[in-house]
Amino acid sequence: MSIDVLNLSKQFGTFTALHDVSLQVHSGELLALLGPSGSGKTTLLRVIAGLETADSGQVLFHGEDATDQHVRERQVGFVFQHYALFRNMTIFENVAFGLRVRPKAFRPSNDEIRDRVMKLLHLVQLDWLADRYPHQLSGGQRQRIALARALAVEPKVLLLDEPFGALDAKVRKELRSWLRRLHDDMHITSVFVTHDQEEALEVADRVVVMNEGRIEQIGTPDEVYEQPASPFVYEFLGNVNLFHSRLHRGRAWIGDIELDAPEHAEAEEQAAVAYVRPHEIEVERTANGAAAMSALVVHILTVGPIVRLELVRKNDVDITPIQVELNKERFRELQLVKGDEVFITPRRLDVFPSRKAHVDVQSQIL
Amino acid sequence: MTTITFPLSPAAQQKATQEPRWVRWALISIALLFLTLFLFIPLISVFYEAFKKGVEVYVAAITDPDALSAIKLTLTVAAIAVPLNMIFGVAAAWAIAKFEFRGKNLLITLIDLPFSVSPVVSGLIYVLVFGLQGWLGPWLSEHDFKVIFAVPGIVLATVFVTVPFIARELIPLMQAQGTEEEEAAVVLGASGWQTFFKITLPNIKWGLLYGAILCNARAMGEFGAVSVVSGHIRGSTNTMPLHVEILYNEYNFAAAFAVASLLALLALVTLALKTLIEFRNRQHQQRGHE
Amino acid sequence: MYPLKQHSILPGFNLALGFTLLYLSLIVLIPLSAAFIRTAELSWPDFWSIVTTPRVLASYRLTFGASFAAALVNALFGLLVAWVLVRYHFPGKKFVDALVDLPFALPTAVAGIALTALYAGNGWIGQYLEPLGIKVAFTPLGIFVALTFIGLPFVVRTVQPVLEDVEAELEEAAATLGANRWQTFTRVIFPAIFPALMTGFALAFARAIGEYGSVIFIAGNMPMISEITPLLIITKLEQYDYAGATALSVVMLVISFILLLIINLLQWWSRRRSSKT
Repeated sequence: MSIDVLNLSKQFGTFTALHDVSLQVHSGELLALLGPSGSGKTTLLRVIAGLETADSGQVLFHGEDATDQHVRERQVGFVFQHYALFRNMTIFENVAFGLRVRPKAFRPSNDEIRDRVMKLLHLVQLDWLADRYPHQLSGGQRQRIALARALAVEPKVLLLDEPFGALDAKVRKELRSWLRRLHDDMHITSVFVTHDQEEALEVADRVVVMNEGRIEQIGTPDEVYEQPASPFVYEFLGNVNLFHSRLHRGRAWIGDIELDAPEHAEAEEQAAVAYVRPHEIEVERTANGAAAMSALVVHILTVGPIVRLELVRKNDVDITPIQVELNKERFRELQLVKGDEVFITPRRLDVFPSRKAHVDVQSQIL
Repeated sequence: MTTITFPLSPAAQQKATQEPRWVRWALISIALLFLTLFLFIPLISVFYEAFKKGVEVYVAAITDPDALSAIKLTLTVAAIAVPLNMIFGVAAAWAIAKFEFRGKNLLITLIDLPFSVSPVVSGLIYVLVFGLQGWLGPWLSEHDFKVIFAVPGIVLATVFVTVPFIARELIPLMQAQGTEEEEAAVVLGASGWQTFFKITLPNIKWGLLYGAILCNARAMGEFGAVSVVSGHIRGSTNTMPLHVEILYNEYNFAAAFAVASLLALLALVTLALKTLIEFRNRQHQQRGHE
Repeated sequence: MYPLKQHSILPGFNLALGFTLLYLSLIVLIPLSAAFIRTAELSWPDFWSIVTTPRVLASYRLTFGASFAAALVNALFGLLVAWVLVRYHFPGKKFVDALVDLPFALPTAVAGIALTALYAGNGWIGQYLEPLGIKVAFTPLGIFVALTFIGLPFVVRTVQPVLEDVEAELEEAAATLGANRWQTFTRVIFPAIFPALMTGFALAFARAIGEYGSVIFIAGNMPMISEITPLLIITKLEQYDYAGATALSVVMLVISFILLLIINLLQWWSRRRSSKT
């Protein structure tokens, strides 16, 4: 089932949680809402579920307006951040709850309930825990039970609020790929909220990056990572170097180097910020091209197959060192040690005029 | 100068953040002496005075018809006041803990108000409303319905002084439990009452019981407020605490302490149950965390 | 604009709040307002002369004086009891801890007659004090004893949880910085528990001012000497002096409300203080 979100806005007192948000969730996809805390992602999820009402805007389920539908009628499965398992019921009763509270006419028989619950517990590989209570389970187990409980009512949409937020790193990784596989098997339209970029990029079909109640970018994990649409997305996803820059009639200047920026043909002497990923910087021992900056190696750190360099530009006002990532082979070729002078060229960078941070133009220079 | 080395004494092994042993024992002794003087001896003296003249006198005192009727009235009043305040406490806590609305803090303060009103004033205000000189007095006497100097007045005054007990127990408990479980139940299709009876009530039952026990102790033991509205009619509007007063003022000390010992026993049972529930909650909490 | 109530999918708000407000109005607010409305029927000079007769003034002095002294003693010993219960181990500690709440659970009339019997000239404690020339029962001193009894749990129960929350690390830090135990207590621990101590003191004081049941047996109830204000209200009521009783109760109510306000502020201060650490 597809979900359409049209122009949602929501205020909490003076705080704007959602600011004219529109979004389409395709049938059967796994969508991540990614953003820092306070970006409105959880509010958006709760409005879709019907747990909150928006001040204005619409939510359509399969093209039909569900804005005024009670959460009970929306047939959504919701997995809460802290699982919200009923502490006074066994695991079995937790999963059976949604079936047991149905009106008599629609309630399955006890045998059917038993069958369906055990099937679900089997699916989440925890059927042996049926008679336990929530407090006897580990965090990861509780998370899977919460999912089984949500699935028991055969929802058309599955909504997950920070599903792995409260788990430790190892369990988190396991559950992540498990959820991905589960989704591939069931193909239920799913939306999950996360503040962890790695989680969003690894699990989701598409990622919605949110900030301050607005959507910054929607795209596949590759798109949002490789072609960030705004400075915010650049800074939020992965490491990035910032260079103060200047735009003038389709040209960009960073320090002494001058680059093409055809997207900014109209810019007249405008201050800008250039973003370069650490692995998109070429390092040479000699200045063999015109567009290169010289810098000093101040720190070398080897992390597995990657070598991280910290460089400081000569006569630079910027105190923040430039981060560069090389693979081991390249590092060996260069034979760098601390204090060496190197010449760097951005392989790819995006320039954003500093005043209008949200303009979605970008310039790519190869 | 001579240096002597010998094994560290226990006192020297004490932790850096602990007082010397003598200080510890001095403080414990002073605290226990204070508690003995002000708590334990008064408690023991109630039972001592009750049995001083023998078991027969004791039994006679508490099986006296007036005493029995006082016991019956006290039980009746508590049986009305406690359930009323349980319903109120649950309703108030549901509204306050599960919803965000304006004026919430004012409401919480209002609920606590009866705790800060003198018991005597608590009784007096009902006389002002229902007494012969009161707002509803003429109308009530026309319809031959007595509130003041009758059981309804005693019930009302008792309900007033015990209003906060259960609500103030449940509000923080339900606030701490949050709304996620209830929301989950509603998402799964449960109706309002299903959510309340299957999720909320089981989660608060111990808090409810705890509040009810404290409420009951106060309801059975209330003296000042009830004294103002009761009229002290023997065998009819006398509760146990009032009966104790009458016997005492008649210099019938043994009988007064005999009835008082029943109330002291109630206090001890209350404390025991209270401690048991607290113990259970602590265990439960430890189990809940991991 | 902040809405009156934020949206929630949970049902029953109107029912629960409606019932709460109705119940509070019927049981608490309307009867309480009766005292104020009936007093408003008096002219100001009449009201003033009723609440400032010498006998009434003497009762204020006694009520507030004895309540203050009792609350002070409870602050001191309550702190000590809380400290001992939190920090030290001794046999019977759990039993003692549970019994601290006895004054909450024991009906005041029972406390009253028990204390009177103990401190009377021939009582267990009174017989030792009498030869020393100390009379407790039927004097203001007796009132102080009764008020100390009923206020005892307040300080202990407000200080105890705060004391439990004082982090051991804080004290260890003080120790590593060279502070001795007394310095650690006065400079690190005491400031942390001070708001709670003040709250407990105010609670004990507020309770003592309104107390009736435990006091009347031990007080002797002599006008001008050992007559507390709540008793004076009852006396006026028994003489069918409704105006006088109501006027006095309004004075008591106003004082209670001011104390309630102060206690709320203290608790707010206490919470803020403890959430900062």
